[in-house]
Amino acid sequence: MARLVTARHAVSTNPLKSSAPLGAALAYLGIEGSVPLLHGAQGCTAFGMVHLVRHFKEAVPLQTTAMNEVTTILGGAEQIEEAIENIRKRAQPRFIGIASTALAETRGEDVAGELREILARRRDFDATRVVYAATPDFDGGLQDGWAKAVEAIVSALVPATQQRDPDLRQVTLLCGSHLTPAEIEELVRMVRAFGLEPLVLPDLSGSLDGHVSGNWSGTSLGGTPVDRIALAARSVCTLAIGEQMRGAARIIEDRAMVPAQVFPALTGLKPVDGFVRALMEMSGTPEPPPSIRRDRARLMDAMLDAHFFTGGLRVAIAADPDLMFGLGTALAAMGAEIVAAVTTSQHSPVIGQMPCETVILGDLGDFERAARVGDAQILITHSHGRHAAHALHLPLLRVGFPVFDRIGAQDACRLGYRGSRAFLYEIANAVQAIHHRPRPEDFGATPPPEEFSHVPHSAPC
Amino acid sequence: MSDALTNRIAQVFNEPGCATNTAKSEVSRKTGCTKQLTPGAAAGGCAFDGAMIALQPIVDVAHLVHAPLACAGNGWDNRSAASSGAETYRLGLTTDLTELDIVMGQGEKKLFRAIHEVIEAHHPAAVFVYATCVSALIGDDIGAVCKAASAKWGTPCIPVDVPGFVGSKNLGNKLGAEALFDHVIGTLEPETTTPYDINIIGDFNLSGELWQVKPLLDRLGIRILGSVSGDARYRQVAMAHRARVTMLVCSKAFVTLARKLEERWGIPYFEGSFYGISDTSDALRRICGLLIERGAPAELALRCEALIAEEEARARAALEPYRPRVEGRRVLLYTGGHKSWSVVSALMELGMEVVGTSMRKATENDRERVVQIMGDDSHMYENMAPREMYTMLRDAGADVLLSGGRSQFVALKALVPWVDVNQEKHEAYAGYMGMVDLVRAIDLALNNPMWADLRSPAPWDAPLATGAVLPAPQGACPITHIAAHPGQLPAALARPLAVASGSATDFEDC
Repeated sequence: MARLVTARHAVSTNPLKSSAPLGAALAYLGIEGSVPLLHGAQGCTAFGMVHLVRHFKEAVPLQTTAMNEVTTILGGAEQIEEAIENIRKRAQPRFIGIASTALAETRGEDVAGELREILARRRDFDATRVVYAATPDFDGGLQDGWAKAVEAIVSALVPATQQRDPDLRQVTLLCGSHLTPAEIEELVRMVRAFGLEPLVLPDLSGSLDGHVSGNWSGTSLGGTPVDRIALAARSVCTLAIGEQMRGAARIIEDRAMVPAQVFPALTGLKPVDGFVRALMEMSGTPEPPPSIRRDRARLMDAMLDAHFFTGGLRVAIAADPDLMFGLGTALAAMGAEIVAAVTTSQHSPVIGQMPCETVILGDLGDFERAARVGDAQILITHSHGRHAAHALHLPLLRVGFPVFDRIGAQDACRLGYRGSRAFLYEIANAVQAIHHRPRPEDFGATPPPEEFSHVPHSAPC
Repeated sequence: MSDALTNRIAQVFNEPGCATNTAKSEVSRKTGCTKQLTPGAAAGGCAFDGAMIALQPIVDVAHLVHAPLACAGNGWDNRSAASSGAETYRLGLTTDLTELDIVMGQGEKKLFRAIHEVIEAHHPAAVFVYATCVSALIGDDIGAVCKAASAKWGTPCIPVDVPGFVGSKNLGNKLGAEALFDHVIGTLEPETTTPYDINIIGDFNLSGELWQVKPLLDRLGIRILGSVSGDARYRQVAMAHRARVTMLVCSKAFVTLARKLEERWGIPYFEGSFYGISDTSDALRRICGLLIERGAPAELALRCEALIAEEEARARAALEPYRPRVEGRRVLLYTGGHKSWSVVSALMELGMEVVGTSMRKATENDRERVVQIMGDDSHMYENMAPREMYTMLRDAGADVLLSGGRSQFVALKALVPWVDVNQEKHEAYAGYMGMVDLVRAIDLALNNPMWADLRSPAPWDAPLATGAVLPAPQGACPITHIAAHPGQLPAALARPLAVASGSATDFEDC
């Protein structure tokens, strides 16, 4: 339905997207005992780390190969080897995920080749699995980096098999970058309700959910255990959450013949119905568990209550493609009108399916302009949207990454029957918070003449 | 990297104004003071980050980052430098170089157009253009583009040549300051000057800290003419060469700029700090002393002493109520440079015990002061690994940690109170009243009743006293009247409920 237009300007004002290497690093943090390593100058890591810490309010292990002017010219393979060695010494990780940056990619380094050579030579690194994804900053955004990292993980760690030996109770849940820890938990709950055991990859619900653990670690705490990733070959099915996970699901399909189903969005009644139907079929459960039934009934009721506020609501949304699509379609299904949609990456088929005329590939400057032109009533984007919200005097619902001026971003759940219900409440309440008492001028009427007005006076003594 | 930049870096590292540098041998001075970064064990920002930190607080300037997305996209809008006027500096502006731009060599043209768009849309006092790793690697000449753009549109366009790979944040601070010295300072003349005009270099007005000090200067009639770069206007920086005195606040990074101002324009400088009571007083005395040397009336010194006496008494009186709440509590300080000793002395005055203070980024002078205040150097340490710090805090080695955001979670996860004293903080702690605010923050952190609850045992930490066995359920639920006999459904639920009599539509009152 929608057409993608690229904003025509040389300067990007108030960037919307976060960079691809950051997305890759985030995906790597969903593996247990991992340290993500960015191959670039140390600033690439420092900025990324500050960004992650501001969002999650957690210490985040993130390392750099610290390229300097010499390695920028002569090549950084030695830096990678040294970095792996130093990280292993300091943090004993089970997994190191490397992501390249614009600096390494502009010089055109063959990191994959160099890394193969290093790992073949350094057998002492064997206890740590090292995975590499090419994620130049100049191509795509956070979502693309995340997808490339997950593809790199499954390519490296899911074994190629010639014969299916499925575990009929296990499903692989490939989670996109747009899922919060709470949303992963909700999906796990739903899958388990059907007697299935999910293998979640990458799993931020254990590592970045915000908890006090009782000891300090230089690696990620929680996440998908490295050894478990190979078991994805035995799952009865791969459920890819988000269009961005299609690539990784395909790789598992090609390597291990595991059939895949992609769910581009899981917010709103119909998308969740599709997911529940798939779980019913997969588990051979003709009757859904009572909790699922009840959650659906409650979502229906929330829709009835919320539609008074969402019907005709003019929404401006800016986010990575999958998040924009998920929330945008859910609101459109509730009668809202998407008057401005801005996204970060051209690499996604869901952009074409957005329920609006155009999607802008641009920044928050474009977002503010489009929201103004479209006379939006509510803004949906990440925390940097506060500048637009301030300028336009509109409520801002903070979604996606980064959310740094509110706490508890990891606990927001906007998918499944329960999360959809919460999302509708959020929207309806934001709308109701705009307090406006009707005035005669609103309708072109004149107020009663002055002469009828009571003039307060003090009592005579 | 261009020869010009290589020479520039060699030059800023050979700093006669820096005590550490002058103490070095001829050979080691040549190698510069940049530490080789260790891959896989490095922390902290790059040179670009440093330049941005140094210059971004100039509020009416558009800061345009010539780079692929990450440099600006991951880093904009993340510091709390405050402005009393223009908000232009808050914009996140980048050329967002794409693969196509890089492959086709369109970087310079895109930059030129971007500068134009920025000038058209925001009418900034100037455009600062930052080179980064990628734009340096593909050989974009930002100097030439800035020159052409300045000539064409009349808005000063200032090149800041700081690709991240050349070094650390500290080097970036220096290179940013160099850009100001080369292209900005001395380009405009103030309408009037007074004998009370000063420069403040190295304060970024984070969370409004400059404004905590400004009332003191206002009362003495001292005018901040040049500021690098807290709440600065472009014109202020351009006129900085007409000040009488320079106060250098963050000495490590900006000493070169201060020295050059002295060499070229004859403006004397001193290093001082506005953290802590005694430091604030010292700084005011030095400012006034130097101003008098440069021709201000001598009565300034008297007014200054009167102000100091009044403000110190006021601050001490304001601090006194906190004494019983913080006395005897143990502080671990993990910050850099000048903040250490001045804050240490103020906390010790209140009876707090400082169990350790880090000496990262501190000068010899700073060290001497700490020894002087604390008696010996046994409490000084260089770096502490997070795990080590975590263990120390968890084992109750300190009651509160004062540090920057990097170690925030080390303390919090060890269930130890933490107070932010670094640049990213959102509270202002400068000047006399800032010290009161800091102690108040320490009090709030230390004495929050939450800590006792957090540290108390979980319900399952103690074994159950007796192995009590629950009696079997008896009778029926008072609400549902379902009998406590599993397997039997009560008759009331086995058949459908009767529908209430009356019309099916009469329940709505309409």
